[in-house]
Amino acid sequence: MTTPPQSAWRPGLRESALYDRNVIAEIQRAAREGIYDIRGFGAKRRVPHFDDLLLLGASVSRYPLEGYRERCDTDVVLGTRFARKPLELRIPITIAGMSFGALSAPAKEALGRGASEMGTSTTTGDGGMTAEEREHSKLLVYQVLPSRYGVNPDDLRAADAIEVVVGQGAKPGGGGMLLGHKISDRVAGMRGLPVGIDQRSACRHPDWTGPDDLEIKIGELREITDWEKPVFVKVGATRTYYDVALAVKAGADVVVVDGMQGGTAATQDVFIEHVGIPTLAAVRLAVEALQDLDMHRRVQLIVSGGIRTGADVAKALAMGADAVSIGVAAIIALGDNSPEHEDDYQALGTSAGYYDDWQAGRDPAGISTQEEELAARLDPELGGRRVANYLRVLTLETQTLARACGKSHVHNLEPEDLVALTIEAAAMARVPLAGTDWIPGFHSAD
Amino acid sequence: MATETARAAEVVDLADTPVRELNQRLHDLAGDAKGPRRWRVRHPNGAHAVACGLDAEVEVEVEGHVGYYCAGMNKRATVRVHGNAGTGLAENMMSGTVVVDGSASQSAGATAHGGLLVVRGDAAARCGISMKGVDIVVRGSVGHLSGFMAQTGNLVVCGDAGDALGDSIYEARLYVRGEVAGLGADCIEKELRDEHLVQLGELLVRAGIDDVEARDFRRYGSARTLYNFNVDNAGAY
Repeated sequence: MTTPPQSAWRPGLRESALYDRNVIAEIQRAAREGIYDIRGFGAKRRVPHFDDLLLLGASVSRYPLEGYRERCDTDVVLGTRFARKPLELRIPITIAGMSFGALSAPAKEALGRGASEMGTSTTTGDGGMTAEEREHSKLLVYQVLPSRYGVNPDDLRAADAIEVVVGQGAKPGGGGMLLGHKISDRVAGMRGLPVGIDQRSACRHPDWTGPDDLEIKIGELREITDWEKPVFVKVGATRTYYDVALAVKAGADVVVVDGMQGGTAATQDVFIEHVGIPTLAAVRLAVEALQDLDMHRRVQLIVSGGIRTGADVAKALAMGADAVSIGVAAIIALGDNSPEHEDDYQALGTSAGYYDDWQAGRDPAGISTQEEELAARLDPELGGRRVANYLRVLTLETQTLARACGKSHVHNLEPEDLVALTIEAAAMARVPLAGTDWIPGFHSAD
Repeated sequence: MATETARAAEVVDLADTPVRELNQRLHDLAGDAKGPRRWRVRHPNGAHAVACGLDAEVEVEVEGHVGYYCAGMNKRATVRVHGNAGTGLAENMMSGTVVVDGSASQSAGATAHGGLLVVRGDAAARCGISMKGVDIVVRGSVGHLSGFMAQTGNLVVCGDAGDALGDSIYEARLYVRGEVAGLGADCIEKELRDEHLVQLGELLVRAGIDDVEARDFRRYGSARTLYNFNVDNAGAY
C-alpha cells in the first residue's frame, strides 16, 4: 500500500474538518477488516479538563505559606464511615486498578513498589491478586468486578480495602476485555479460562442488580471480612450525581468516580471516545451529591480520569475530592511510550508518544504484555523508583500550589480558589469564568 | 446471647442474636481453632449473609428460610438450609457443601470455584452464572440464563431449564434431564458418552438423589465459536 507523505499539502488541497485523515483512515480500516477498532490508553479527543481551570494564588486578601518552610500536609484517611481499619495514606494520590493480565507481573510489582515507597495504595484488577503484587504493595485495594476472575475469600481478607467495580470511565456500561495474546498459561490459570482465547467479561455483576442489591452485597463483603476493610464503590462517570448518591445509600465507605478520560488496556475506540462525561463535570456532580446527603468528607471521594500533574491533583482536591487516582500516567512513568523503544515502536507501525495498542500484548516497554521476553525488559525496582519519583513530583507540585493559596493542608483547597478559563469549564466545574462572577447555568438564591 | 448446647450442637437463635455475632463466632473457627463443630441456627427469618465466609470443617444447619448470599464464599464448611434461599446462594464458594431443602432464588452458585451445591427444589434465573469449577445439582428446574458464561464445573438439572441456557459458555458441562426452553449463544448439545454417565452418576450420589437415571440426561456445552473475535460471528456478539 502506498502512503502519501505527510508533507503532501500544496496550494489548493484542503483537508475536510469533518473527514480528516484519521476519519478517512478509520473508514478504510473498517471497510477492510469488518470489525471495530480495539485499543488501549484513554480518550484522545479534547474535552474540558482541569487545564481549563486556574488557581487563585494568595495576595493582599489572602496570605500564602512559605515554600520549603511552612508545612503543607498531604495525608488522607479513606474509609472512616464503617470500616474498622481505614486506609491511611501519606499522599492523596493512589494507583488505580489495573489487572495482572492486562499488565505484566513486573509492571504490577513496580506499581506496588512505587506506591509503597510513597505511602499510598495500589489496586488489583480483573483477574485477581498476584503474590508479587501483595508482597510489594504495603496497601493494596482488591477489586471485585463482574467477572470475579480470581476472586477468593483468602485474597479478600489479605487486602487492605475492597473496591466493588460497577464501571470505569473508559467504558461505563461495558465489560472487560483481554485478547488472546495475553491469555498466557498463568493468566488463564488464575482466571479459569482456556489459554489463548479472547476473554469476554460481563458488564453486570452476576449476583446483584441495582442499588438495593448492592447494599446487601456490600453487607456480605463486610461480613466475610469482619467489617475490617473499607469498601469502595467505583463508577464510570455518566449520571454521576445519582450514581454517587446511590453508592452512598448502598453503604460505600469511599466512592471512586472515573471520568471519561480514564484509561483502559483494551476497549473499542468508539466506546472510549463517546461514552461518559469529562472528569471535570463528574467531580462537581459527585461532590454535590455528597454535600446534599451531608456525607461530604464522611464518605471519601476519589477522582480519576486524566490526572497527570500536581495542578490536576490540586484542582480536583479544590473541587472537593479527597484523593485522586492515576492509571495511564503511572504506566507512562513506568516507561510506556518512552523514546528509548522508538525502533520497536516503528516496527509495530507506531511511534513513541502514539503507542496505544496495549491490548495486543507486544509492548516494547514490557508493561502491557504477557510475553516473558518483553516483560523481562521492565526492571521492577527501577520501575518502582520511577513511579515513586513521579508520585513525589505530583505531591510536591500539589503542595506548591496549595501553599500559594495559603493552605496548610492540601484538603484546605476549595472551590473559591478556582476560576475557569472557558465558559464550558465554568459551567461544568461551577466556578466563575476568570475575571467575572459568572457561573453559566447557576442561579443563586438571590 | 441466646445460645445453648443441645445434642452436641451449638445453637444460635437469630431472633435475638445478630447475624454479625453468628458469623464472627463461625469465623473464629478458621485455621482449625478450637470450638464447636456442629451448629444449629434458628429463626433465620430471611436474614442475609448467614454463614458466609466460613473457612472451617464445621456443619451448620439453618432451620428456616435465608436471604441473599447464604454461605457466600464458603470454604470447607457444610451448610444445610432447611428452607428456601435468596439470591446468590453459595456465591463464589471455594469448597465444602451447601444443601438447600427448598428452592433457591437467582444466581445460585454464581462464580463458585469448587465444592458441591445441592438445591432440592428449583433454582431461579442465572443458576451457575460464571461458575468456575463448582458442582451444582438441582433436583427441580432452573430459570433462564443458567450457566451464563460458565467457565468450568458441572451443572446438573434434573428438571427443566429456562431460555438461553449456557449463553456464552466456556468449558463447563451442563446436564439437563427435562426440557430446555432454548440454548444461549454458542451453547450446543453434545454427545453423552460413558465418561459423562459415570460423572453424572457420581454427582447424583453425592447430592443424595437416587430417583433419576444418569442416562435420561442430555449434555450441553460450548461450540467454542466465540472464543476468538471473528467478524463471521458478529451476529452472535
